[in-house]
Amino acid sequence: MGGYIAKRIGQALLVILLAYTAVFLAVQALPNDPVTIFLSADSSADPATIAQMKAYYGYDQPLIVQYLNQLGGLFTGDLGYSLSSGSAVSTRIGEVIGSTLILAGSAFALAIVLAVLLTAAASLSRNNTVRKALLNLPPLMISIPVFWLGLVLLQILAVQLGVMSLFPDGSLLALAVPIIVLAIHLSAPIAQVLIKSVQEVNRQPFVDVLRAKGASESWIFYRHTLKNAAPSALSIAGITVGTLLAGSVITETVFARAGLGQLVLQAVTVQDIPLVQGLVLLTAAAFTVVNLLVDLIHPKLDPRIITAHAGSPRALVV
Amino acid sequence: MSLLTERTNNDVTVSSTATAPQRPEPTPTTRSKVRAWLGAWWVLIPLAVLVAWALLPGLFTGADPITGVPQEKLSAPSTAHPFGTDHLGRDVYARVVHGTSQTLMTAGLACLIGSVVGSLLGLLAATAGRFADSVAMRFVDVVLAIPAFLIALILVTATEPGPFSLGLGVGIASIAAFARLVRTEVLRVRARDFVQAALMSGGGYFSVLRRHILPHVIGPILALLAVDLGAAILAISGLGFLGFGSPPPTPEWGLLISEGRQYLTVAWWLTTLPGLVIVAAVMLTATLGRAISKTFRF
Repeated sequence: MGGYIAKRIGQALLVILLAYTAVFLAVQALPNDPVTIFLSADSSADPATIAQMKAYYGYDQPLIVQYLNQLGGLFTGDLGYSLSSGSAVSTRIGEVIGSTLILAGSAFALAIVLAVLLTAAASLSRNNTVRKALLNLPPLMISIPVFWLGLVLLQILAVQLGVMSLFPDGSLLALAVPIIVLAIHLSAPIAQVLIKSVQEVNRQPFVDVLRAKGASESWIFYRHTLKNAAPSALSIAGITVGTLLAGSVITETVFARAGLGQLVLQAVTVQDIPLVQGLVLLTAAAFTVVNLLVDLIHPKLDPRIITAHAGSPRALVV
Repeated sequence: MSLLTERTNNDVTVSSTATAPQRPEPTPTTRSKVRAWLGAWWVLIPLAVLVAWALLPGLFTGADPITGVPQEKLSAPSTAHPFGTDHLGRDVYARVVHGTSQTLMTAGLACLIGSVVGSLLGLLAATAGRFADSVAMRFVDVVLAIPAFLIALILVTATEPGPFSLGLGVGIASIAAFARLVRTEVLRVRARDFVQAALMSGGGYFSVLRRHILPHVIGPILALLAVDLGAAILAISGLGFLGFGSPPPTPEWGLLISEGRQYLTVAWWLTTLPGLVIVAAVMLTATLGRAISKTFRF
């Protein structure tokens, strides 16, 4: 068990380091350095200004020095400086991250609840038509673009019914609707996997034994099936954290909310590469940490995961 | 082995009981053959319409997608304008039809990059030894850790907004899914006796791969390709909505909705109807993916 935890933590650190390196190399592979790109839209910038700014932000140093400097900065929480505002990237992210964390966190929690409810309703429903309709819901939900769902809800609630403002006004509905929109989008893949894995568990003989012993369907579902089906849904829930950010950016745009979304869009529009780099690193770290947590919870739900470890394959032809 | 097949094809097992009664029919007539084909592949017909929209938009609409009739601006859907008109009097249906090629081509580029690079990587990981496997899989972990959306954004920041950088970004992000799928599938197939037999009777790396492994792996790849096309359409229209696709006069699905958003209070059709087309397109590709995995199950 201890070996498993250590191995997974090591892997997670390696992935974050590699993600950082990949982004760093991608930036270096650009035809120009970040300062030149940032100033390319500004016609008044002369070569002397560019050189001065490059020296100021350290882009004139050899690659390896830049790499190690930036890497060293990571350990102290220093992500470099935003070119568009001159303040630290970590400050700019810190200013707006709260609102996004509330949106993304609640949406994630609601998505899991929605997925479990949907699976429970689909598995326990006795009516065949209702069950079929519920089973077809996740593929439909996954096909709906977040921005479109948000706009249609705004159209209905704000324009047709007039119960909600088009812009965030602090009301309960203005907070709840974005969360629901994002949660519907996130819950679709989780529900899909959970339903599939519940169906698989239901085919196992132990369910027949439980039924023969007189357990009710809902008892079997909540006490046995769900528990056995949870691990695979948990893995997918971990992976949806990646789409959570894209979803948040789009949701924030649709509902005109302040947050990381606006910062990302701004950074991309003014070509502020250090800021984009910081945001990418933050997301990659968040994704990796959540998935590390998922992997650490996994053996608690299903201890077989540690023993059934498949090694890497040998070469096909030596 | 039966356990393994059941685990990998679990979604198919349910439906196979539903289609089973059709199979033992003696000497199928042409009509029943057509019906069986339609039952499995009806989804190709609406998809063909979509492709035709992309290739020959002029056949489906006579209206001009770029220049509008100002007198008819913001008119509600009618028989003359099935999706209504926008703030410049342009026919929204015409803009959706003409925008198909832009959206589909960008999504196609993304799928092409994702499937080719991802499949090669997966193949290498599963067949070229332990070192190749760990290198390839760590690479996949890294790609997976950076959301598709951000990979596309980095490219757009560094170069300029446009279909090519979008397609490339979304494509790079989908490498991970293909690499993982191909690796798992190849590992599953290479453990079978016939692969061992082919190797022992002197088959080389490429010939065994081509003759004995690839035919069994192609089905899942095609199924994922269809699903991935839908995902790419979603991602690209989302990025287009944010303004990172083609610049305004070009009709592109995401951009259409983003333009319609400014008239949300007066014209519901500008956002709602193009959005329905996106939903339909994505659902159709998902259905195609299911049809493919049903046909190619192994």
